[in-house]
Amino acid sequence: MKHTNSQADRQIADGKHHPLEPYLRMDRIPHIWCSTCGLGTCLNSFLTAVRNSAIPRENIAVVSGIGCTGRTAGYVNLDSFHTTHGRAIPFATGLKLANPELTVVVISGDGDLVAIGGNHFIHAARRNMDINIICVNNFNYAMTGGQFGPTTPETARTTTAPYGSFEHPFNLPFLADSCGATYVARWTALHVRHLTASIGEALERRGFSFIEVISPCPTVYARRNRLGTGLDLLQFYHDNSVIKNGIDTRECDIRFQEQLIIGKFVDEEKTTFHDTMTGYLKDAVGEKYVPYVGPMEMPGNGD
Amino acid sequence: MKFWRKPLDSDQIELPHGRVHIIINRCKGCGFCIKYCPCQVLEFAEEFNRKGYHPPIAVKPEACVNCGLCEVMCPEFAIWVTEDGNRGQSDGDEEVTNESGR
Ligand SMILES: Cc1ncc(C[n+]2csc(CCOP(=O)(O)OP(=O)(O)O)c2C)c(N)n1
Ligand code: SF4
Ligand code: SF4
Ligand code: SF4
Ligand SMILES: [Mg+2]
Repeated sequence: MKHTNSQADRQIADGKHHPLEPYLRMDRIPHIWCSTCGLGTCLNSFLTAVRNSAIPRENIAVVSGIGCTGRTAGYVNLDSFHTTHGRAIPFATGLKLANPELTVVVISGDGDLVAIGGNHFIHAARRNMDINIICVNNFNYAMTGGQFGPTTPETARTTTAPYGSFEHPFNLPFLADSCGATYVARWTALHVRHLTASIGEALERRGFSFIEVISPCPTVYARRNRLGTGLDLLQFYHDNSVIKNGIDTRECDIRFQEQLIIGKFVDEEKTTFHDTMTGYLKDAVGEKYVPYVGPMEMPGNGD
Repeated sequence: MKFWRKPLDSDQIELPHGRVHIIINRCKGCGFCIKYCPCQVLEFAEEFNRKGYHPPIAVKPEACVNCGLCEVMCPEFAIWVTEDGNRGQSDGDEEVTNESGR
């Protein structure tokens, strides 16, 4: 029987230590995130999924880019890397190709992943690279003071859109789906149970997975739009989210403070980049082809 | 626990019971745990913590059903529950950890 990470950590589930402490770099806690920001809750959900998972934590690596969300890589007590802005996916791709045994998770912001990093995003999805993307969408570039970006809903105000944004935003599940992602879901920072289960599911399966988490940024986005605190936004998600599993991703647009469609939209099997490459080259090169298995299998390594 | 309709086998079912733990000085007073606890176990404390926020206190510790929602919602890793046996009633003593400023 496979053991979960939590079974290994049972000794600390007591009254003195939070059960996720072994998964956090406690010397860096408290984190920098504002009061009522949703990012701590997203991190909590992710680490809960890791704790419940049968994948040994040594095999899970976290990659983040730059931004408030990008700080995540610095807080997890797992192998992690904080890359330059927009480059989390190429770094994760390299990591996965060099060590196919790893479960690679990218946790980053909407700006990092689909603005400056948008090109990497579409190509990793197209190749069905076996990595998991958790995109925390707070509808703006929070860390740099709340500029608008490709996810800002039309008419929402930001520091750089004082009269409201007039651009057409991305519908991220549709973007991921149309580029070839094999698992696509959207939850909010309120839907922690669904989110945790969805992350657990994504970790277990192979292929490019994309989970969007709608999350409050009270300090810059909500304040500009007079939406209150993160607690008010959770209540907004509570009152306005509709779960529509399996719905056509074209119908998941987000309009400013209107109904939010959430759920698991796509979950399908497709050969991953690694499997396609290995299979194809085996046929093309024949006998001579030596498939790359991982660093431990290379001559001279692991002894 | 209140039921809309009393389940037929309610006398055979024992409610799980949890014990809430709070590291007061780690909390940033967001209120997520307080608002979404399904059993209204928690309230904001009158006092401020070291960071200047009002942390939660368990005003109805005996009502906690060990669902763990507060634990997974807390952005600061400041609140969690441990199993405290299956029973309808509790001794009502809640554990609050005051030390550890982080
Ligand atoms: C190459 C480069 N360009 C711009 C920046 C400035 N910058 C830092 S974070 C950020 C946006 C982050 O937005 P997002 O990914 O949505 O993260 P959030 O802070 O909202 O969580 C930008 C533009 C940078 N650090 N590097
Ligand atoms: S600026 Fe916004 S996203 Fe960044 S920590 Fe504060 S509330 Fe969270
Ligand atoms: S475990 Fe559930 S019932 Fe108990 S305090 Fe937390 S949210 Fe409330
Ligand atoms: S969820 Fe955590 S940080 Fe927020 S009020 Fe409760 S204990 Fe404090
Ligand atoms: Mg953002």
